[in-house]
Formats: sequence, C-alpha cells, structure tokens
Amino acid sequence: LQMAHDGTEGSLYPIAVLIDELRNDDVQLRLNSIRKLSTIALALGDERTRSELLPFLTDTLDDDDEVLWALAEQLGDKDFVVLVGGPEYAHTLLPPLESLATVEETVVRDKAVESLRSVAEHHSKAHVEEYFVPMIKRLATGEWFTSRTSACGLFSVVYANCTPSTKQDLRTAFRALCGDDTPMVRRAAAAKLGELAKVMEPENVKQDLMGMFHTLANDEQDSVRLLAVEACAAISSLLSKEDIEQLIIPIINAAAKDKSWRVRYMVADKFSELQKTVGPELTKINLVYAFASLLKDPEAEVRAATSNRLKDFCSSLGEEYRQEAILTQIMPCIQQLATDTNQHVKSALASVIMSLSPIVGKESTIEHLLPLFLIQLKDECPEVRLNIISSLESVNKVIGISQLSQSLLPAIVELAEDTKWRVRLAIIEYIPLLAEQLGVEVFEEKLNNLCMQWLIDNVFAIREAATVNVRNLVEKFGSDWARVSILPKVLNMSQDSNYLHRMTTLFAVNLLVDVCTPDVIRTSMLPVVLKLGQDNVANVKFNVAKTLTKIAKRVDVSAVKSEIIPVMEKLAADTDPDVKYFATEALSEARALVK
Amino acid sequence: MEAFPRHVSPRPHGLAAPHLGLRPNMPGAVGHDLLTRPQGQAGGPPHDKIDPFARRVSMALLPHHPHTQGSSRFNIKKPPSDYKALPLLKDASAAEKPSLFMKKIDQACFVFDFDDPMSDIKSKEIKRAALNEIVEHITTAKGALTEPVYSELIRMVRVNAFRTLPPSDAPEFDPDEDEPPVEATWPHLELVYMALLRFLECQELQTTLAKRFIDQSFVLNVLELFDSEDPRERDMLKTILHRIYGKFLGLRAYIRKQINNIFLRFVYETEKFNGVAELLEILGSIINGFALPLKTEHKQFLLKVLLPLHKTKALMHYQAQLAYCIVQFLEKDPTLTEPVISGMLKYWPKTNSPKEVMFLGELEEILDIVDPAQFTKFQEQLFKQLAKCVSSPHFQVAERALYFWNNEYVVSLIEENSEVALPLMFDALYRISKEHWNKTIVALVYNVLKTMMSINSKLFDDLTNSYKADKQKEKKKEQDREELWKQLDRLKLEFDTKLGQSTSQATGTGVPSVGPSQQKTS
Repeated sequence: LQMAHDGTEGSLYPIAVLIDELRNDDVQLRLNSIRKLSTIALALGDERTRSELLPFLTDTLDDDDEVLWALAEQLGDKDFVVLVGGPEYAHTLLPPLESLATVEETVVRDKAVESLRSVAEHHSKAHVEEYFVPMIKRLATGEWFTSRTSACGLFSVVYANCTPSTKQDLRTAFRALCGDDTPMVRRAAAAKLGELAKVMEPENVKQDLMGMFHTLANDEQDSVRLLAVEACAAISSLLSKEDIEQLIIPIINAAAKDKSWRVRYMVADKFSELQKTVGPELTKINLVYAFASLLKDPEAEVRAATSNRLKDFCSSLGEEYRQEAILTQIMPCIQQLATDTNQHVKSALASVIMSLSPIVGKESTIEHLLPLFLIQLKDECPEVRLNIISSLESVNKVIGISQLSQSLLPAIVELAEDTKWRVRLAIIEYIPLLAEQLGVEVFEEKLNNLCMQWLIDNVFAIREAATVNVRNLVEKFGSDWARVSILPKVLNMSQDSNYLHRMTTLFAVNLLVDVCTPDVIRTSMLPVVLKLGQDNVANVKFNVAKTLTKIAKRVDVSAVKSEIIPVMEKLAADTDPDVKYFATEALSEARALVK
Repeated sequence: MEAFPRHVSPRPHGLAAPHLGLRPNMPGAVGHDLLTRPQGQAGGPPHDKIDPFARRVSMALLPHHPHTQGSSRFNIKKPPSDYKALPLLKDASAAEKPSLFMKKIDQACFVFDFDDPMSDIKSKEIKRAALNEIVEHITTAKGALTEPVYSELIRMVRVNAFRTLPPSDAPEFDPDEDEPPVEATWPHLELVYMALLRFLECQELQTTLAKRFIDQSFVLNVLELFDSEDPRERDMLKTILHRIYGKFLGLRAYIRKQINNIFLRFVYETEKFNGVAELLEILGSIINGFALPLKTEHKQFLLKVLLPLHKTKALMHYQAQLAYCIVQFLEKDPTLTEPVISGMLKYWPKTNSPKEVMFLGELEEILDIVDPAQFTKFQEQLFKQLAKCVSSPHFQVAERALYFWNNEYVVSLIEENSEVALPLMFDALYRISKEHWNKTIVALVYNVLKTMMSINSKLFDDLTNSYKADKQKEKKKEQDREELWKQLDRLKLEFDTKLGQSTSQATGTGVPSVGPSQQKTS
C-alpha cells in the first residue's frame, strides 16, 4: 500500500504543532481539528500516527463530549485504517476507542462502539483473538457500568471469527452481562441479544442463549423485559417449530399479560414481526387470543398500538382459518374499539379498519364492518372521520361507495366546514377521488357549493388548495363541464370588491389553463384576466402579468398579438416598480412567442 | 405559486409568506390573511382562532380528563357483594380488636376503579373509612402491631400503591406553568401511604421482623413510584423512603445504589423522571450523615452521578436540591472542590442561557465555601470560563457573572490571586467595556475594571499597555494556523486523489477499505 507521505516528509509538520491544534483552548477550534484528524494523521505518516498520535489521543481523553464524539467518529472512518498502515495495524486503533467506549456520555459511547464494530472488520482472525477479544473481556468486566454497557454491542461482530474455546469464553462473558447488577447493562445486553443469536451456532442458541433470554424476559425492571420482547423475533427465526412453541410462545404470552403497560405496548408494536417468525399455524393456536386481549387492554396506548397492527395481523393469518378467527375473535374487539373512550384509539382504528374489507370479503364487510364505518363517520372527533374518508378507496373496491354515500356526504360537509383549517385542508385532498366515485350528478348536487366556498375561505392555504382542487376536478370531468359548472363562479369572483378574491380568480385561472381547451380559455377566461389588468391593486396587476404569460402559451398567436401584448405593454408602463418588473418579464416571453 | 425570479419584492405576493407585510395604503387591503379576520364579505365557514402551527400531539395520547392520572391497573373487578362496613374498631372489645383490625386491612386490599368516579361510591367510602381507622389504630393503639399485621399491612400497601405508572398524558408538561396531573386513586392512596408511614414511625416497630417484608423489592417499587406525576404522592414517598433509610440499615447501600441507577437512566437514557428533586432532597440529608473520611463509593457517587445531573435540560427543576447536595460534599471534603468545578465546567451550557445563569449561581454558592488553598487548583479554568460569561451577548448571563464582584469573599479570592486572574479576565472585560450592547453591562464592567485596577494597578497598567500588541500577536498566530491548515488540506487532497487512483487500479484485492465516497478528482 502506498502512503502519500512517509516519515521523512512528515517532519515538515512537527507533531507538537499538530497536537497544539488538538489542544487549542477554544472548543470549536479543537473540534475543527479533530474533524480533520485524518489530515493530521496523513501529515504525520502511518508510523508516527501509530507511535505518537494514537497514544496522545488515548491519554488525553478528558474533553468536551462533542469533541470526543467527533474523535470516535474519525477513528472509525474506514480511511483511517489506511492511515495507520493498513489492516495489519487496525488493532492500533483499539486503545483510544476502548477508552472512548467507557466515557459517561451515551452518544459518545455509542459512536465508539459503532467505530469499534467497523474497525473489527479489518482484523484478521489472529488479531481478533490477540487484540479484539481481550478488549471485549476488559470492557465486559470494567468497574463502571459504562464499559460493560459498551461491551454488549461488540460480541456479535467477532463471535463467528473465534475459536471454539474463545466462543465459549464470549458466551460466558455475555451471560454475566445479562445478569449484571446495573439495569443499564442488562438493557444493553437485552438489546443486543438478537444480533448475537444470529451469529451463534444453533445448538448454542438453544442451550446457552435461551437461558440468558429467559433471565432478561423475567427481569424485575420493565425496561429490560420490553427489550427482551424485541429480541424474541430475532431469536425465534433461528429455532425449530417445536422449540418456538415450547420456548418462545410462553414468553410472548407472558409479555402480552405483563403488569407493565410498556411491555404490553412493545408486544403490540412488534406483533407483526413476532407473528411472522412464529408462523401462521402457531399463531392460530397461540397468538390470536393474545392479540385479542391486547385489543382490549386497559391502557389506551396499548389499544392504539395494537389497532395499528390490525391489518398486518389479519392478512398474515393462515387462509384456512382467517375468516373464522377474525369474525369470532377479532371482530367483537373491533366493535368495542369503534366506540372507545379514547379518541386516539378510535383514530388508530379508523386508519386501518377500511383495509380489513378486502381481507374479509364483500359479505362480511357489509354485515360487520359497514356499521362500524358508519359509526366512525359520525364520530365526534374530526381525525377519526378524516381517517375513514382517506381510506375509502380500499372499501370502494369491495362493496362500492354507494353503500356509504348516505352517511358519507353529511360527514364530508361537516369536515369541509370544520373550524380547524388543517381539517378542511385534508378533506379537500380527497374531493377529486370522491367526485369520481360519486359521479358528476351527485357531485354537482352536493359538493360543488363546498368547492366554491373553499375558494373564498379566509385561510390562504385553503384557497390555494381549493384552486388546485378545481383544476383536478376539471381534469376529471372535462373542459365543457368546467365552462358550465365551474368557470362562471370562479370568474365572477373577479368582480369582488375584496382584492384577495380577485387574486383567487387569477390563481385558479393559472391552473385551469393547463386543463381547459384553447377555445374555452380564449372565450371565457382571457377577457376576465385582461379586464383585471385595469385593477387598482398592484398585487392583482402583477399577477395578471404572470397569468397572461401562461395563457399566451395556450392560445393562438393572433390573440397574443392583438389582446395580450397590448395589456402587457400597458402594465409595463405602470408606476409601480413590481408591476413593471413582472410585466416586462411577461412581455419579453410573449414577444418571443409571437416571433 | 412560482417564486419571484431573482427579484424579491416587499409586497405580499399571494400572501403565501407570512412574514411579508402589506402596504398600508393598499386599497381593499384586509390586513394579513393568516392573522386577522377579513372585513365584510369574505365568506367561508366560521372560524377558529387561527392557530396554524399548533403543537401536534401524535402518539402522546390526549387525556379525556386533562388532569387526572389513571393508574394503569390490570383486572379491575367489581367489589364482592359482601363488601360491607365492619363494626368500628373503637367499639370493639380488646379481645376482638386484633382480628377486626386484620379484617379491616384485608378490606383495604380491595382496589377500586377510579377512572369512573361514579362507580361503587358506597364501597369506596367503606374502604376510605377503614383506612382512616387503620391509620388511627396504628398511631394510637398500644400493641397494634402484632406479628400477622406486618405481612398483611405490607401486602395492603403493595396491592394498592405498587403499580406501573400510566403513560404521561402531558408530554410537554411544565411544572412551573401547568397544574400537575393528579393521581385518580389519591383519596385511598393517601391513606394507604399514611398507614405505611405511621407503621414505620411506630415506636413498637420491630425492624428485625419488618425487614422480612420491607425488603429490596419493596424498596425498588417505592423508588419507581417517585416517577409519579402527582407531587403529593412524591412528597409522601419522600418521607416514607426517608424513614426506611433511617430504620433499615441493611437496605441503605441498596437504596443508594438504586437511586444511582435511576439518576443514570435519567441523565443518559430517558431525561424523564419526575422525582429527581425529591430523591435529591433525601440524598441531601443522607450525605449530611456520611462519616469522614468519605468512602470511595461516595466520592464516585458525587463525581459520576451527581455532577452529570447538570447535563439535562430539566436542571431547573432540581437545581436547588442538587446544589445543596454538592455543597454538603464539599463542606465535608474540600479536596473534592477541584473535580467538582472541572465537572461543572465540562457540562457548562453552550446555548441555554437561563441554564447558564443557574450554573453561575451554583458556582457562586460553591465559591462561598471554598478553601483558598483549593481555589488555586482550579482558578485558571474558572477565570477562563468567567471571562467567557462576562462577554456573553446575553445580558443576563453577563450580568450574573459580573455580580461575582459584589461578593466580598469572591473578590478577596481574586485579590489574592490577581497575578493569575487579571491576565485571564482583562481581555474580555476591556473588550466589552467598549462594545457590549447593553448599557447596564457596560456600567457594571466599568466598576469591575475599577476594582481590578485597585487590586493590582501595576499589572493592570501593563495589561492595558500591551492590549494592542497582544491582539496583534493573536492575529499573527491565527494567520499561521490558517496557513498550516491550507498546507495540510493540500496534502490531504493529493492523498485522496492518489488513493482514489490506486483503488480503481487495485481490482478488489489490496485495499478494499476505501469507498468511492472518499475519492476526489482534482
């Protein structure tokens, strides 16, 4: 491997000067220097980096956490291995990182562990045994909890590369960490158990690791138990069906009944993964009941988390028993959730309930789910109603939307007039979809007025969304429909005494130009826009200039010449500098079109 | 809306950007659309106070009763049909009393559902009365604590009080602003705690017997309850834990260790624990009782657990108690001052000015009791930090730091060490006397400069005279640094280019460790 500069040239940069940079009084400057540690190492050359820089860094670790974090990051950079002389010297990076892995601050330690994990990849098998494993053992038996916590994350990266006897040692060390005095260490061990299981031999997973897992899953602290739940999925993917049934299922069931809601929440949150590794058959016998009980949990937080998993859960059930399990065990719970006392639970349910429809099929949807949709559509909380409406599409495919339209329209009308503008904004987004499914006639009868009302909403974001909505509607229903049903109202606003409404006309035209025929543009829109060119508000006038630019591209040249350009010229001579500016811009574009 | 091309007009352009103002003389202007209601005809639905950026609470579940804390209990049952009021204890004969007392305790073991305030009102009242009697009986009756009472009473406490605290309803709860949430079961819970407290305070309590029930697991549960959001519960627990610590010597080390774990989790993992102040208060009196010389374990507790508590953003909620603990330590062992000060300087806030003011307050508290010999050990780092504080652009920070010169003892320390202090502080003081934006600060600095001059006028004059030259020197040094880094950066660039070439040549063998992200072409 070639080094750009070796020892001889390194003397250009005396180490004292460089180290001074790392010791600067100002934290910010120190931080800057640390971030360029690779440059400093380069200037020193690999030999002096190993013999002087790294020992210096190892010894002077009492610095600001931010500096230490940057240092941990630098040392783990894959290029740094090159700077210390290549993989055969990768182990020289261990001492400073080992020290960093023992500091108090979690983010620094985590970064150091991350770097150690990447440095481990550059170790040969011999060096793993000679340097890395002894370091793990030192950390794992460190006096203060920080080093033991860090140790937990290092086992899995080297385990596979060790001799059988070292492996044995590592397992023993890890077992000790699982039973550590300090809950922080046990939490770290629980969090890393899954990844360690993946690199272990199957027989050792069963004999050795399951014992540790049991200890953690029955820990006195709920914060440890809940992490063991996380490891469940990883471990069970390595076990046979019989072993899962005997060893894992009881733990999942116990966790689903844990006295701490945090543990139950974790089970709910990870249910899909657990279900996947356990497989549909064992799920049927063992997990359906657990899931149903989580849906009935006394803690709202758990019910909401479980509700969020409903779709995944139901769709992953084995086909042969799916219908029955859902109808007999899950549906009764869902019925209760639809009228839950907690709005977040209802809203979580509303966001998934529609997606159950394809899973249970048309008949069951009509019989069981439809009544619930209707209840939720009338819910007092707008978020619940909104969630139902936003997933209408999946139900539409199964039973068609007409079944719902009776309840749907009042719900939409109410949401459309909600006092919170974000709710109004959200419902606007679904209008084109609804319009399409309801058809032109129903739309005209029930919803058209709402769409017009939004155009004069007093929140700009709503007016803006309303113009986009009008454009999308025209795209669906066509230019002719626009001329008859939309344009008269939109264009009428140009005579409003409120300049904001006049501007809305312009914004709408701006968008409609893309979806209307040149004929409609020329005959209906252009005259109105041209007239607005004489407005007395500067904002209106420069928006006219902009809108005309767009129109000019869609109508024939003669109109540009005879109607548009004269107005633009007039605007370009306006006294207001902004009107002048935009009109001049518009004019040059229009003239280019004419040429 | 398309953005303005390269030309930014001060005009409200479609009103999309809320910071743009309207021209006052604009005809038809209705003021800012997002902030005011339109005049006249703008229709649309009736409107809320427009609050476009309200906090969005995502999974933090909003409570339906905003101020009660549920108890997250599992398996709440209805009371059995025979849940009836028992005869009063005071009416019972001496022979009946013990068994009636046991029955009352058993009755108190039934836990009610308080989420529904209207359910089982009668039975709840029966339990409340029974608990009152239990408290009364333990306090007044001689020989109330028979052996079976120990286990039953502790069982009663466990089933009533030991529970997983429910999820926090108010994630952005601010103890200074908001009413704290209250524990729903408090009408019963308070009496349960009271019974435990009377039990612990009872003259007749035999600790040898009690320690079979008040064990490590009991204590751990008590400690976890300190996270309760209800300040009344935490206050009660504080007294209880204090009594346990006082009477059960065998549990002391365990209690300290578990408090350590709670603090460490709080600082390094969750930043959330409601009872930090209460636990510190207990520790304050525990530390007070430490024997001299201090054990290593206790010193480690100070440096590795207490000091890091300065890190969190919630410091203001327990700063007074924390400072008290630290001062207790320093009064016992002044040699700890230097590591404590270095620790505080390490955790010194960088952007949080109110917290910085708090640090300065605590620092002054410590300096008030510092031993002059110890002071010299850390004065350099201290003066450097003070120099930074007095030149803070935040005037409250600068002001708080300058107030140090109103403290006679601190001034006397500075006086004794003027040869060190002056050179370190002079720059900052001199500079802000010329350029701080706040008049009060400038006035304060003049006074401080005057004090400094009177302390050591010779040195002061020297510093004034060399000020300019020093600035020049600094500038030169700065230029040298820049030059050095320019050279280094060139070197790095060359290296990266070379490395890039060599990787593209070495096909997968020799240097697998250099990724494409680091390759540069120049």
